[in-house]
Amino acid sequence: MSTFAHQFFSGLAMGGVYAILALALVMIYQATHLVNFAQGEMAMFATYMAWNMMDSGLPYWAAFGLTVVLSFAAGVIIERVIVRPFAKAPVLSMVIVFIGMVFIFNSVVGWIYGYEIKDFRSPFPEKAWFGNTLMSSHESGVIVVTFLVLALVYGFFRFTPLGLAMRAAAQNPASSRLVGIKVGWMLALGWGLAAAIGSIAGMMAAPVVYLDPNMMSSLLLYGFAAAVLGGIDNPWGAVAGGFIVGVMQNLVGAYLVGTQIQLSVALVIIIGVLVMKPSGLFGRVIVTRV
Amino acid sequence: MNEPVATPLMQVRALKAFYGPLQVVHGVDMDVAAGGITALLGANGAGKTTILRALSAMVRREGDVIFAGQNLKGQATEDVARLGIAHVPDGRGTFGALTVAENLRLGAYTRRDRAKVAADLEIIFSYFPRLRERYQQQAGTLSGGEQQMLAISRALMLRPKLLLLDEPSFGLAPIIVKDIFRILRAINREQGVAMLLVEQNANLALDLADHAYLVETGRVVLGGSAQQIRADDAVRRAYLGY
Ligand SMILES: Nc1ncnc2c1ncn2[C@@H]1O[C@H](COP(=O)(O)OP(=O)(O)OP(=O)(O)O)[C@@H](O)[C@H]1O
Ligand SMILES: [Mg+2]
Repeated sequence: MSTFAHQFFSGLAMGGVYAILALALVMIYQATHLVNFAQGEMAMFATYMAWNMMDSGLPYWAAFGLTVVLSFAAGVIIERVIVRPFAKAPVLSMVIVFIGMVFIFNSVVGWIYGYEIKDFRSPFPEKAWFGNTLMSSHESGVIVVTFLVLALVYGFFRFTPLGLAMRAAAQNPASSRLVGIKVGWMLALGWGLAAAIGSIAGMMAAPVVYLDPNMMSSLLLYGFAAAVLGGIDNPWGAVAGGFIVGVMQNLVGAYLVGTQIQLSVALVIIIGVLVMKPSGLFGRVIVTRV
Repeated sequence: MNEPVATPLMQVRALKAFYGPLQVVHGVDMDVAAGGITALLGANGAGKTTILRALSAMVRREGDVIFAGQNLKGQATEDVARLGIAHVPDGRGTFGALTVAENLRLGAYTRRDRAKVAADLEIIFSYFPRLRERYQQQAGTLSGGEQQMLAISRALMLRPKLLLLDEPSFGLAPIIVKDIFRILRAINREQGVAMLLVEQNANLALDLADHAYLVETGRVVLGGSAQQIRADDAVRRAYLGY
């Protein structure tokens, strides 16, 4: 029973990481109808930056904050410089660009930092909180951070004029321009936000999966599975999908198939859901009357 | 009454508009009076929508558009909106997945005078009380008439000097059209908003407008006061049906 609870809660923690990644994917998907395959590698790069900062003596949360800010800026720049020129190109060219970015980030990091696995600190204490025996403090910390990120993202999109403008621009660019919204900048901001929250996912995952240039490849796949499972056009569905995938992955790994083929389970989920319910579990059906 | 417009709010000179390589508007001249209602009449495919799109820089354009003394050359759509031209597009252009409240808030996106925005919202509710009842409802679930009211209100939230209206009667029952046109007239008189109205239904448009232009295949072929246009034999036969 207690192993079950262990598996469940550590799955929940990893699920938080998938949820954040899924949210980043959804953010870009909603604006452009593209899945940014390079999201994971961008997060990996950011995590290396954070490691670098801590290695040179910066305290954890300072490095964390700086990494989030730099990732945001990098996301904006990537959209403006790399993605924008392909805005009117066929979808396949964009896919090539994303794949190119995956390889570029991966090899640049490998070249700078090498391929050997590095330790990445957790900001949370060694000892579990409040005598909690089910979860390590890192696991509970990740869950707390996940909910903080979700609350901030929710508050931003729900309550600020800029958040509303970003939603409007994603939904109806032509009408958005008519009310004076600079749609191009909204897309760039969306990339910035996605990169920023992606970097948080990277920094939360790194103490568990360790830091290496390929750390994000399977995580992104789980994040993608989460987004598709929840409904890639629905941020809250994607978040729920993240937790579901995290828990399922652990339970399936522990009780059914062993950890070797956990990753295949993620793919089975993607395919299964797409076959049964193409819009995902929580895929949004917009009620429209004409 | 019948003189050419005294103080044009907008002067359009030799306006051309293109969809890719395809030219659809071939050198249009027209004036829009400050505080007045000007109608653009014409058959299907004449180019009325495209002229409005050109004014809002939604399509590639050449020629001059001078608005409140400023040439709009090189301005992007979002800049045109910021200058005080609100466009209710073809097909209404409401944000269907957002609430009525959010649609209206977006209308005032460029404004920083919060107190005046709140006051303007009350003014809009006085014209369209239905929107107050529907305030938290998803815009996509409104009836056609309510959506048109929302589209007009969203545009008014910009507190524009000029309102561009593309077929506000489209797809609506005659009784609702009558209602909306009555309210448009009241808004024009009471708020001093100039309007450039595109309509296929010439009768309806000429009832509302002070001035009108007739568009055929991307050119203005006739312009004058509403009475003059109404009295024109060719217009009567072709567009008014009597
Ligand atoms: N997006 C587009 N791409 C290419 N051609 C277009 C496009 N939109 C309109 N046209 C063409 O431009 C011409 C003018 O169209 P426009 O929509 O401006 O006419 P309209 O006067 O508004 O007609 P209606 O009364 O039917 O709305 C038509 O020949 C139309 O086929
Ligand atoms: Mg039209």
